[in-house]
Amino acid sequence: MEKSSLASAARPTGVIGFFINMITDLGELVINWIAALGDLSLFSLRVWAWMLTRLPRRQTLLPNFYQIGVLSLPVVALTGTFIGMVLAVQSYAQFRAMHFESRLGAVINMSLVRELGPVLAATMLAGRVGSAMAAQLGTMRVTEQIDALSSMGANPIHYLVVPRFLGCIVLIPTLTIMADFMGVVGGAFYSIKILGIDSHEYWVNSQRFVGNYDLFTGIFKSLFFGAAIAMISCHRGFNCDFGAEGVGRAATSAFVYSFVLILIIDLFLGIGLDSVYMMLWPDGKKLLY
Amino acid sequence: MTETSAEQLRPLVETHNLDVKFGRQHVLRDINLNIPRGQTVVIIGESGCGKTVLLKSIIGLVWPTSGEVLFDGRSLMKLKDHQLAKQRTRFGFLFQNAALLDSMSVGQNIAFPLREHTDKKQTEIDEIVRARLNEVGLPENVLNKKPAELSGGMRKRVGLARALALNPEILLYDEPTTGLDPVMSDVINELILRIRKQHPVTSIVVTHDMRTVQKVADRVVMLYPLPRLRDDEPQVIFDDRPDRLETSLDPRVAQFVRGEAGGRLLELQAQNNANRTQ
Repeated sequence: MEKSSLASAARPTGVIGFFINMITDLGELVINWIAALGDLSLFSLRVWAWMLTRLPRRQTLLPNFYQIGVLSLPVVALTGTFIGMVLAVQSYAQFRAMHFESRLGAVINMSLVRELGPVLAATMLAGRVGSAMAAQLGTMRVTEQIDALSSMGANPIHYLVVPRFLGCIVLIPTLTIMADFMGVVGGAFYSIKILGIDSHEYWVNSQRFVGNYDLFTGIFKSLFFGAAIAMISCHRGFNCDFGAEGVGRAATSAFVYSFVLILIIDLFLGIGLDSVYMMLWPDGKKLLY
Repeated sequence: MTETSAEQLRPLVETHNLDVKFGRQHVLRDINLNIPRGQTVVIIGESGCGKTVLLKSIIGLVWPTSGEVLFDGRSLMKLKDHQLAKQRTRFGFLFQNAALLDSMSVGQNIAFPLREHTDKKQTEIDEIVRARLNEVGLPENVLNKKPAELSGGMRKRVGLARALALNPEILLYDEPTTGLDPVMSDVINELILRIRKQHPVTSIVVTHDMRTVQKVADRVVMLYPLPRLRDDEPQVIFDDRPDRLETSLDPRVAQFVRGEAGGRLLELQAQNNANRTQ
């Protein structure tokens, strides 16, 4: 992408110059952002086009699935467990003050399956897999391996991006379920065994308030998170600047942009899915009433 | 004249008014080249003059800003993605640092084009891989090694074996001897010659190694960096047989061939000072 070099041309000085420079820099920033967004959109279209026309071979898919899914499981399980326990620790005091401690299970499990499980799994995936993808593809760009693939008549998007994209969207629901499950186990362990909440009350309330739709909401959102992570990380890698600094920057920006996008998607999908729920079940369950 | 002989006479590669710009940086201007079948053309010129960009334009890895590249009479710019991919199987490209896929073993690297573009059985592929490896003088025990475990010379030879895998009609070499010791450089030069003898292949070699030029070239094309040319000066400053290099009357050619700095250092300093004051 061509970066506008207006800012590097001879810049006016003085007070008026200061404002002119500010507007110039802002304009340059906006132009670069729009160009980057357009580039990302075209990249996404090409990925979808390849995915719908020809799937990669099993030998190409499996190593990516292993990297993305199997190797991410331990870290997702571990963080899931701890986040469940942390939720119990943080919620207990407030709920106890309102004499609602028996409903601790409901709030912990609801938060986990709707929000924290999917967001946590996605964050771990962005950190562990997204950055690695950007760094790997960036290194391939810098060392001309992507050009080498093209020169051999292989399409780099089909060969490198589609397997990673498929790996992310197919396996992130599994990782989300793992994060949910371990969070539920961690939260229950801390609430029942350490805080001494009655286990019957804990599970009955959880069952009463956490429904299939909540579980679906979390898993459904995770698909979008997975797609965003794969698309942004691969795009960053493909557009990596030269040198070690360029690869480092691609890896860092892949995580930062993925994380920001995960939160934005989470907000809007959360609003959308809640509206759908209210439409389908206007008298649906509420946690506190 | 029959259709077949007309095809034979037609240049394999043609560039018509090729122009390449990266942003505001103008790299190639109005390049017109015809490369006949079977010829070994060496493109020389100082660093940054656009040799590699020209080589990559010929295979469609760099898209020209204007002008076109014709391969076997067909414009690469007018091909669809899958057609371009098919045309590229007729090319072999040896990259400057070999560009071996580092997640794969040497054997898998050489087999890659065969797996992608042919329906050959594994035993046939293994046979071809071994034959190509033997052709570039590497032992079979490197087959299972990863590219990172190989020396620079070995990597280049694996890259060459991979480029030869599909029996290409044209081989593109991007600085094949750069970064190698003099003996290994000569090994690569010998390989270029041997490949030409064994296969009816057209070769384009980008280099600034004058020994490579003297050893392998049928024809030499010299490019000059655009920023140092006037708008009306051509970028190709030499296009002739290699033995005419020494007798060229163009001082820029003579300076490059003899490897003399001349006033270049002063010129670079003046350029830096001019940039600083801008």
